[in-house]
Order: sequence, then C-alpha cells, then structure tokens
Amino acid sequence: MTRFNAFNLLKNAVSSNKNWTEQWPDSQPKDEYDVVIVGAGGHGLGAAYYLAKEHGITNVAVIDKGWLGGGNTGRNTTIIRSNYLYDESAKLYDHSVDLWENLSQELNYNVMYSRRGVLMLAHNVHDVQSFSRHIHANRLNGVDNRWLTPQECKDYCPPLSISQHARYPVMGGALQERAGTARHDAVAWGYARGAAARGVDIIQNCAVTAIRRHPDGSVAGVETAKGFIKAKKVAVSAAGHTSVVMQTADVRLPLESYPLQALVSEPVKPIFPCVVMSNAVHAYISQSDKGELVIGSGTDQYTSYSQRGGLPLIEHTVAAITEIFPMFNRMRMLRKWGGIVDVTPDRSAIISKTPVPNLYVNCGWGTGGFKATPGAAHTFAWTIAKDTPHPINAPFTLERFQTGRLIDEAAAAAVAH
Amino acid sequence: MTTYRVAGKGRVDTGQPVTFTFDGKRFEGCAGDTVASALLANGVHLMGRSFKYHRPRGPVTAGSEEPNALIGTRRGAGQFEPNTRATVQEIWDGLETTSQNKFPNLKFDIGAINDFAYMLFSAGFYYKTFMWPKNFWHKVYEPFIRKAAGLGVSPTEEDPDTYASRNLHCDVLIVGAGPTGLAAARAAAVGGVNVVLIDENVECGGTLLSKPNAEINGMPSWDWLAAELVSLRSLGVKIMTRTTAIGYYHQNMIGMVEKLTDHLSDLPKDTPRERMWHVRAKQVILAQGALEKPLVFHGNDRPGVMLAGSAQTYLNRYGVLVGKRPVIITSHDSAWDAAFDLADAGADVRAIVDTRETVDEELQSQARMRGIGMKLSHTVTATSGRLRVSSIRVNPIDDGKAGDGLIIPCDALLMSGGWTPSLHLFSHTKGSLTWNEDQTTFLPKDTPEDCTIAGASRGLWGIENVLIDGASAGVKVAMALGKESQTRQHKVTHDRIGSGVSQIELPTDKSSGKAKAFVDFQNDVTAKDLRLAVREGMRSIEHVKRYTTNGMATDQGKMSNINGLNIAADALNKPQPQVGLTTFRPPYTPTTFGAFAGYHRGDHFEITRKTQIDSWAQENGAVFEPVGQWRRARYFPKRGEDMDTAVGRECRTTRAHVGIFDASTLGKIEVVGPDAVEFMNRMYTNPWTKLAAGRCRYGLLLGDDGFIRDDGVIGRMSQDCFHVTTTTGGAARVMNMMEDYLQTEWPDLDVWLTSTTENWSTIALNGPKAAKLLAPLVDGVELTEDAFPHMSCAECTVAGMPARLFRVSFTGEIGFEINVPAPMGRKLWETLWQAGQEHGITAYGTETMHVLRAEKGYIIVGQDTDGTVTPYDAGMGWAVAKTKKDFVGMRGLMRPDLVASNRRHLVGLLTEDGTKLEEGAQIVFDPHQAIPMTMVGHVTSSYHSDAMGRPIALALVECGQNRMGETVYIPMPDRTIAAKITSTVFFDPSNSRVKIPSGEML
Ligand SMILES: Cc1cc2nc3c(=O)[nH]c(=O)nc-3n(C[C@H](O)[C@H](O)[C@H](O)COP(=O)(O)OP(=O)(O)OC[C@H]3O[C@@H](n4cnc5c(N)ncnc54)[C@H](O)[C@@H]3O)c2cc1C
Repeated sequence: MTRFNAFNLLKNAVSSNKNWTEQWPDSQPKDEYDVVIVGAGGHGLGAAYYLAKEHGITNVAVIDKGWLGGGNTGRNTTIIRSNYLYDESAKLYDHSVDLWENLSQELNYNVMYSRRGVLMLAHNVHDVQSFSRHIHANRLNGVDNRWLTPQECKDYCPPLSISQHARYPVMGGALQERAGTARHDAVAWGYARGAAARGVDIIQNCAVTAIRRHPDGSVAGVETAKGFIKAKKVAVSAAGHTSVVMQTADVRLPLESYPLQALVSEPVKPIFPCVVMSNAVHAYISQSDKGELVIGSGTDQYTSYSQRGGLPLIEHTVAAITEIFPMFNRMRMLRKWGGIVDVTPDRSAIISKTPVPNLYVNCGWGTGGFKATPGAAHTFAWTIAKDTPHPINAPFTLERFQTGRLIDEAAAAAVAH
Repeated sequence: MTTYRVAGKGRVDTGQPVTFTFDGKRFEGCAGDTVASALLANGVHLMGRSFKYHRPRGPVTAGSEEPNALIGTRRGAGQFEPNTRATVQEIWDGLETTSQNKFPNLKFDIGAINDFAYMLFSAGFYYKTFMWPKNFWHKVYEPFIRKAAGLGVSPTEEDPDTYASRNLHCDVLIVGAGPTGLAAARAAAVGGVNVVLIDENVECGGTLLSKPNAEINGMPSWDWLAAELVSLRSLGVKIMTRTTAIGYYHQNMIGMVEKLTDHLSDLPKDTPRERMWHVRAKQVILAQGALEKPLVFHGNDRPGVMLAGSAQTYLNRYGVLVGKRPVIITSHDSAWDAAFDLADAGADVRAIVDTRETVDEELQSQARMRGIGMKLSHTVTATSGRLRVSSIRVNPIDDGKAGDGLIIPCDALLMSGGWTPSLHLFSHTKGSLTWNEDQTTFLPKDTPEDCTIAGASRGLWGIENVLIDGASAGVKVAMALGKESQTRQHKVTHDRIGSGVSQIELPTDKSSGKAKAFVDFQNDVTAKDLRLAVREGMRSIEHVKRYTTNGMATDQGKMSNINGLNIAADALNKPQPQVGLTTFRPPYTPTTFGAFAGYHRGDHFEITRKTQIDSWAQENGAVFEPVGQWRRARYFPKRGEDMDTAVGRECRTTRAHVGIFDASTLGKIEVVGPDAVEFMNRMYTNPWTKLAAGRCRYGLLLGDDGFIRDDGVIGRMSQDCFHVTTTTGGAARVMNMMEDYLQTEWPDLDVWLTSTTENWSTIALNGPKAAKLLAPLVDGVELTEDAFPHMSCAECTVAGMPARLFRVSFTGEIGFEINVPAPMGRKLWETLWQAGQEHGITAYGTETMHVLRAEKGYIIVGQDTDGTVTPYDAGMGWAVAKTKKDFVGMRGLMRPDLVASNRRHLVGLLTEDGTKLEEGAQIVFDPHQAIPMTMVGHVTSSYHSDAMGRPIALALVECGQNRMGETVYIPMPDRTIAAKITSTVFFDPSNSRVKIPSGEML
C-alpha cells in the first residue's frame, strides 16, 4: 500500500501519476477463513479492518454480491450526528463520532468528515417537547445539543425561511455542532484499503447464497456464487438483504425492508453551510463539497426490495424542502435514487450474537446507519473476535425483541393529541 | 461583427429579431433560436468554464445533453436559475443570461490556475491529501474546496412563479417524436387507441429537423413532417412538445414535465411556469433516439470543438454555421454528411480526418466532388487557440501510433465517435441490457414493464429503418390493447445510414501521461484519470465513476458514460459487460424543484384541516396551533391577555361555571356488524361484551408490542354498533391498524369499519353548570344522574339537531360531548354559546384542555406516553381485561422486560420551591453524580394549575408508583430542582365533581 502523503503526491504528480498502486487487490476466495463477513458496505469492511488491526485476525474475507460500497453506504445522504435520546444510543453514536473525528488520519484516507453542524427543526408543540427532552438527556449524557430560537436558526442557516405565515412555521431547532457529514465512498474505500493492507480478502461480485451449518448447529461456512467457502465464524452486515441471508441459517430477524430515496440538485456555489433536518415535514438537506444540494426523504410507504422508489414521495420531499427554503424553488434536481433499508420495530440496530453459534449479525440500521459505521464496526469486530458483546453494543441484542428491552428511538416521534 | 447566419437555411424566423444579453452585452438572434444558436450566429463559442480546471468551454452539442454551455438565466426579481443549458434555452426579448464559474470574467479567469496544477489534481486526489495538519481540514481545506466547487450560483430570492400538476391516463404514451415516434404514433392511432406523443424539443421531428435533404415517400422530409403532424392530430393523437419524460416508475407510470413559459417574453397571466404530468399508460413506446459520442483526444474540449451532428443541427435547424473553416475528425460516416452539409452551405471545410483506414468510396467521391481534403487513418493530437480553436495538429496513424504532425488552421473542429442509443428511461424500468460488440454499445433487452423500445434507441440507424421499426412498435402495442393495425410502407431517399468504429482515446504523439483528453467535459475527467482509477484498483464502472466523477455532471453521463466505459474496459483488459454500465437515474434531464412541488406550496403545502367551528374561533380571536394537519384553537385571549392569563381564566371559569370546547378533530370510527363486539374485544385491552348499549367506556389500544398506541372513549350505540373515538393525531393510524387486522388476521369477522371523523362536529361542554345549560336543549334523554349517568351515550336531538350525546369528562367536571352532523357544528356551538351566557360560559382551547386533564391525571397519548409505556406503567392496569382470551398486545405485555420491576411509571411531580418544570427535562435520583448521569425518567407534562394554585407536572419515573413521597431531582443547566413524587391525580381525587348533584333542578 502506498501511503498518501505530500511527498508521494508530488512524486507521483511529476511522474504523471503512473506509479500509484492499487488500493485493494481483486481477491479470489480461498478455501477457508477464520472469519467471513457478508456485505462489503462500510459496516462489513470496517469490521474487517478492526478485526485485523485491533484483534490480529487477518484471515478474513469480506464478500459482496456487487461491488464494495455499492449498497446503502454509497447511496446515503451521509448525515452524522449523535444527539440520540437513549443512553444506549448516545453511547454508541458518540463513540462513532469520536472515531469519525480521527478517521482520515487513522485510515490515511481523507473521508472528509465535515463538522458543519446538524440543525433539527421544530414545527409544532410536540416537536418542541420532544427536542427539549433530547437536549436535556443529551446534556446529562455529555452529548452536544442545544436549543436555537427561530432567529438563531436563521442566523445559523441563512437560506431558512422562518416566516410565521408558513404552513408549519419554524418554532426553533436543536443544534448539534459536532455533527456533520462525510464522503460516503471514501469511507468504504478507506476501510477496504486499510483492511486489504492487513491481509483481508475483499471478494466482489460474489453473492452469498446460503449460510451452511455443522450438524451441531454451528456455522460451517457460506455457499457463494464462487462456491463453498469454509469459515470458523460468519458475520452478516448485508443491510436491506440481511434478513434474506440470515434466513438461510434459520434465523428469523425482526426486519422490514423499505426503499429510501434521496436526490441531489445541480451543483452551485456554497449557499448552505450546515445540515438541516425536519422530521415534521419529512426532509433533510445539506450541500456537498461538490456543490450539490443533497436531499433525503422518509421511507416509501410499502416494503420492497427494488432499489427504486416512487415519484409521489419525492414530490412531497421536494415540496417540503422548498417550503422551508423557498429560494431553492428554481433549482433543478440532477438525479435521485433509492436504497433498501432494514428497519427494526424499535428503529435501533442489532449488533449481536445469534442463536447459531459463531454467527454474528450487524443490521437494522434503517435510515440512519452511516453515522454509526466506525463505532458499530469497531464494536462488532470485538464481538466477532471475542464471541461476547462489547459494552457499547451489549444493549443492541437480538434478544431484546423477545424480552421487550427495546431502545425505541422512534417512540419520541409519536404524534400528540 | 461577422455573422454566421446562412440565408435560406434553418427553421428560425430571420424576419423576427430577438434581443437578449449575455454577460451584460446585447446580442441579436431570431425567433426560434436557442441562446447557443444565437451566440454561435454571432460568432461566440466561449460560453462557460469547466468545473475543476476552469477551462474555457463552448457548446459541444445542440441539445439537452449539453455539458459545457451552462449559463445563468434571469427574467426578473426572483426569476433566476443557474446551470441552464444554453443549447435548449429559447431566446426571448429581454432575456438576461450570464456565464458561470469564472472570476473576474469569462475570458480571463483566475481559477484556470488549477489547469496548471493538473497533475496534482488527478482523479481521487481529494482522498489522498488535505489530511495534515488535522484541524486544517475543517478550517482551511474544506472551505477552499467548497468555494472552488459548484457551477452557477443559487437563486437567493423566493420564486414568484407557480407550478402545476396534472394526471393523464392513456392507452399509449410515446416518448420522442422523431421518425420512430411519429411512425409509432400513426400505427397505434390508426388502430384506434388513444395516443399521447411527447418530445422535449420545441417542435416534433427529432432527427428530421436536421435532415431536410432526406425524402420520405417522395416528399422532402420537412413537408412529410408537417403533413404527418396534421394527420396525427386528426387521428386524435395528443401531441405535447417542450415536454420531457423525466422518470419511468412502477406499473407504467411516467413522470413528465412540460415547460410552459420559459420561452415567452410576455407571461400570460395565471399560467404556471411548468407542469408535472403523472401519466399512467397502458403501453409505453420509448423512441428517444441516440446520442452522438465525442472523440477523446488532447484538447478536445476547446471552444469550437463540437459534435459533427450538432453542427449539422445548428446549420439545418437554426441556419447557423458553427465555423467557416471547419475540420472534421471522425470514426463514423455520419460526420461526413455533416461536412457535406456545411460545405454546401458555404463553409470551407479544411479537411475530413478519419481514424479509419477505409471509408465508403461513395463518401470519398462526394468529398472529392466538393474539393474537401481527406486524411484517412489520421488522428488529431492537439488543438490550439486560447478561447477558441484556431488550429489543430493532424497526424497519421501507423500501427496505433501517431506519426509526424501537420498543423491545419481552422475555426471549428467537428467530431464524431459514432452513436449511442438512449437507454435512460428503459433503464429506469430496471430493464436489462445486452452488449453488442459490432456496435460497441449496450442495447435494450427485457423490461418488466409494458414497454416497447424502438428505432435508434435500440440500435437501428437510418430514417427508413426507424420509420419501419416505429410503425411495427405502434402495431404491436395496438394489438396488445386488442386492436388491429397495419404498418405502412416507408420509402426514404437520401437516407444516409452510415457506419463507423468505436474508439477509445485517439492515438497521440504526446506522452500519454500528459495528454488532456477529456471524457467528462464538465467535470474535467480525462482518459488519464480513468486509467489512473483503474490502476488504483477501481474495477467496476461504478467505482471508476465515483472515483473520477466521470458521468456525474449535469448531463448525467450522456456525453461521457460510454466513452468512460470503453476506456475503463480497455484499461482493465476486460469486455465491457464485465465492467458494467452505471445505472441511469431519473430525472432524464435536470428538473426544476418547483415542478415536483407543484401546487404544494405555502398554504397548500399540506392541506390545513379545519373544523366547522374554526371560523367562530377565528372571529373570536383564538390563537391557533397545528396538530397534525389540523389547526386547533389553542386559547381565546381577551384584550391584553397573554397565554398564561387566558388559560388561567379559561380553567377557572370552566371549573366554576362551564366551558365549551371544539373536540371535532378527535378521530371517529364507526365499528358495525354482528361481530363488532368480538372485534372490539380483540382490538382493545378492555372487555366490551358486558358493556350495555347506551353506555360508553374509556378504551385503550396497544401495539402488538404491548405499548400504548391510542386511547379514547367508545360508546356502544346499539348491540352491534360502536362509536369509537381516537386521538386527533391517531385517527388515520388507528383506522389503518384496524383494517390491517380485520383484513389480514381476522377476515372471518363480520364487521365494517367507517371513518367518520369528518362526519361529526363534536362539542364538549364541561363544568358544574353543563347539565343545567344543556338539559333544556335536549330531546329524547333526561339529563339526570339516574337517567343518564356518567359514561352514558344516546341518540337524541340537541337544539333540534340529530345528535349522539355522550356523558364523558376529560376535565373532572360534569361533562358532555355532543356530536351533530358536521355541517351543523357551528349552529350548535352558537346555540350553546347563547344559552351559556347566563351561566357564565367560556370557550376554551387545547391548552386549557391540557391543564384540566393534567389536574385529573388523564394522559395524553404521545405526550405522557411515547411508545415505550404499558398500561401498567401509566397506572391504567384497570383498563386491561383480566379474563379475555386475547387482545392486540397481550403477548407483548407478558415479555420479561414489560413486567420487570424497574419500569418507569407515570406519576405526579410537585416541585419543592414551586417552580414550573420544563417538559422534557430529565430526572435523576442522585443530583451530585458526574456526567454522564444515570437518568431515571423525564417530565412529560407541566403546567401552572389554577385549581391547585401552583405548578403541577406529570413524569415518567423509574419505579415511581413505589416511590410516592420521595424526592427526585431535575438538573437544569443553571440549577437543580427538587420535586416530590405524588399521585397523578391532583384535583378532586374522589371524582365527586362529575356527578350531577341529586335533586338538582334542571
Ligand atoms: C437514501 C438513503 C439515505 C440515507 N441517509 C443516511 C444518513 O443521512 N445518515 C446515516 O447515518 N445513514 C443514512 N442512511 C442509512 C445508511 O446508508 C445505512 O444504514 C448504512 O450505510 C448501512 O451500511 P452497511 O454497511 O450496513 O450496508 P450496505 O452499505 O448496504 O452494505 C451491505 C452490503 O451487503 C451486500 N449484500 C447483500 N446481500 C448479499 C449477499 N447475499 N451476498 C453478498 N453480499 C450481499 C450488498 O451488496 C451491500 O454492498 C441512508 C440510507 C439510504 C438508502
């Protein structure tokens, strides 16, 4: 692996960039691995990286049915924040943000973590109550989050309309200054490069068709498009397709898969300094470093595996954006796309051992797992390596749906009288 | 100024001059010109600067696929938009246009300095640098990168224009009105089906507009076109121009955007700027044609370098010569035709450079006839001219290598690398593609939709071929719709079919590392960048695309995808299909946000639901709040009152006399049928079997997880009819949930559900004088404690109106809810208001309702519960039937964590120092612990209580019901507040006030 530094950049520039080497090789499967990870998204690649780096486990393969980072990792709107309500979530996401802040240096790959602040808007009394609850809880958890008046919101994000004549006037907002965005592809590539440099095989275009088990029930390996691969441990991080993969090991997951859509505008000069989210009207927005407005919507109404959402939802999302930011009405949408997100009943993830010995799962990230990539991957690697929960992921078990010990982040979004 | 307009050519109206400005300078064009054609007619090629290197750029195309000539367009205040393609924007008198991404001006741009640091700014360089020192990223590098990025500037004012949306249903939608689409439309329409034919261009005709010399069935192509349009119209075909199909969705739904005013100088009143069409077509024919491919060579991006087919379009459609001394560089026959057209129009074509060794003899003789020099087996290795191409270097190709060069002066370089079928919409259907090695391109294969793709879109060339193919597509869809039709014969002369070879980068005499051969013009991606990406391990086209940004510009890869793929495949030494094709994503061309939002702006963003009594509240000075889609009166201030004083007065008056409240927004569902009671038993936690007709009961609804989802009073109107009320916000959700269970879990139950929320106006009367006020108005029920006790319901008349009367109380006072047919709501309200005057009546809003119910410890679902609260947590175990076999949530309720000993219970809180707590504030047992603190609950409701003379609060606290009287702490940023845990019922714990005193004379 060629290290990226100023010297190498210049040296290569002078030699017409002909001497850069590949960031990860095109690996073909070996017969056997200590750990096979299904899904080369940020979560799967990250887990492989930390397995190799922190646990010395390098006989690892990450297998993807497509190309690495081509799932939700490469499709998301990259909002990173940690102002979640419950202690369990706050710990996990804050751990993640801690890792984000050093990730570029850690990976020697610029993931462009941009601490530009995430502002969540309140449009009704219920929002205000809910944000107040979050802000107080965050303060006592040591997580940054504060209340802004409508005028302060406008000062922080000048394109915002705080007109009191709006259909849903802005009543204030919750700001997490430490939050922001990152470059999604770079996260996948940076982890892939780091993992590959430590000996991990990244096997692309190789669908895992089944998890095979020993007669005693424990994991034996995976059937793939390129044949059977033996594995001492199998870890699944396949986002919207996790339930399908896990079913082949007779593990039924409480997941529903929905299309989630996002879009970008044509690029313009900097106009939008931060990230703004509005749950009441269902839209969120930021501006990429390239200049595009990056806009996300809520999930489609119906469950589906097709990475293709409907038009009405997009219309609603754009209407919501132009309602809050009327000046963008004449901007143009450049492209839109969808990903399949895996949603749990309590809207929190599952990072867990499973009833099948040596089978692990990291899924259920739904609409918000990009931000958790480093933290979840880091603790998932621990769980895989040590066959025990990490203190931070321990509450995110699969059993909680049986015991009822839920981490219900969606709950606070219930609607009032 | 020299003019490049050619007399007698083109379809523009030279008799109708139009003036507009570009960067402040006035230009004249003709009616029918685009900004690009008008500027080209004035000899202007330089129209923009590229994204990364700020290189000078001119138009490469004449259509919506343009990557370079992007401009700002402005009409007036609030009517500015960036990144408009000069090649499609029609000119009108007064149009203001500006170039973009330059400083200080288009001709001299400081940003072009990036061009010299080219080697440094290679593909993916962002990922490799800007990491040291760490905090520089946030403060220095990122702001710098962001400033450099972007093309135009965002609008900054509110858009005064309006946008519309419409639905359209048709038998057949045909996208693209070139020869294929026209022939398809006729064949389908003749068969008697209803056809809609659309085109993104100003007029129909597609490629025919650039080919006036062709003859179709003996007619010059333009005459044939005109006649054909007349006959299509007479066959009832709906023809829509300036209309782009932007996306193809499930079940043959197409989104289309029609541009209505961007070409007009004077805006007709009340005309929307654009209209979004939602089309459901039984059959769709895609006839979008093909796009010409640029060639990739050093300096192929200079202003004056353009696609040959586009030059032909500028000549034949707009009567503009893009250069007087053009040179052609091509690997395809079609550019030869362009050369001939230009030569025939008076251009001095300096040479036709063709990379191929052999070219059709007929073409060569035609060139010879016109005196055009030919250089076969030659390449272009360089272009020069700072702001416009002034000469090129042409070199012979020998064994794939470029030999010694020869300089040819010129004022335009017209290129063609062949043609690529337009597969964008086909691709939206998730249609599969197959690689065609002969044509070096992808062709359409299967699609899951009822969609036929025809003509050049599926790799057929020549007008005659596509006419025939279009016609048979038309016949096919007519037959699919059960109609008969026939293809017509089409005979085309001067039809140039042409062939060519596909090229990767042209051979060069430069060290390949130094060549700036652009693939994605706008994003400044060169062939070298693509090869670098491959070298660095990017093996799929998606990786290459993302690493280099090839294909991510505003033309969405229309110019760059296929060249990018061919080069990447070459670098990988793999066949193209193994490298893949990036997915085409909607919209087909960039589409105005306003068109998506349509009517949903301002007040219409989401409909505001108002009750029948809302107007009274408005007239009487109510302050409103949004609750879901409803607006509800929050309080009714009298002169000089703020919210607290108004609410205090409303509470006091209601408890002392009587208050009137508009409860019409409550959800209402009529549950009817022989199995209604069984259904209710299964849905709600409470038992319903023994509830007598004429009685009502507070019902609690759980999710299957055992947590509270909704609540409301439910009256049994008769044996088989329940009048269910839900929370305002929960109405739709509860209805959906009920239907879901009924249809999927219990289809055996004989029950009908009807949402009646909007059928009833509901007025609540509460207070000691409520019965006295109401009794004289009621017919059919005697309002005594014996005849109509608390929790009764009845059908009766109130003030002469048919009503459903409930005796219920959400305040702890004597209470009634009167439901009358919705339109009578205001009349009833006014009658009660009048009648109430002598009793000292007050109107109250949601805020007072909240305070009064909190004083009684009544919960609000969604405020005091949050989806994690069981009935037991809320102190409402009494509402859970103990002997029912099953109800929704019963199993969930038995899960270990839901019966654990450390659950959070709903309790009352009274602060020790009498301060009012903040809703949402967190609660701890030990206020002295360090952060992160162990939180044990939060304040859910908090008000000043007039009745108690102090603030009260409800809270969820760990084990709260076992901690009565204990002190908990609420750490605020500035201080910690101590509060005592109490019962949730603050006022009248014995509930004595709901009784109508016996013997009271009514
Ligand atoms: C439109 C959109 C916007 C979003 N916005 C945000 C946001 O702003 N902030 C945020 O935090 N999160 C956001 N998310 C969510 C976030 O993208 C995901 O939670 C996160 O990226 C999941 O990462 P992952 O590595 O688990 O999954 P993925 O990146 O999806 O990786 C899973 C991989 O598994 C592979 N796979 C599946 N089945 C198989 C199989 N049988 N065999 C082999 N491989 C298989 C897939 O090909 C895929 O590459 C968004 C998601 C979408 C779709």
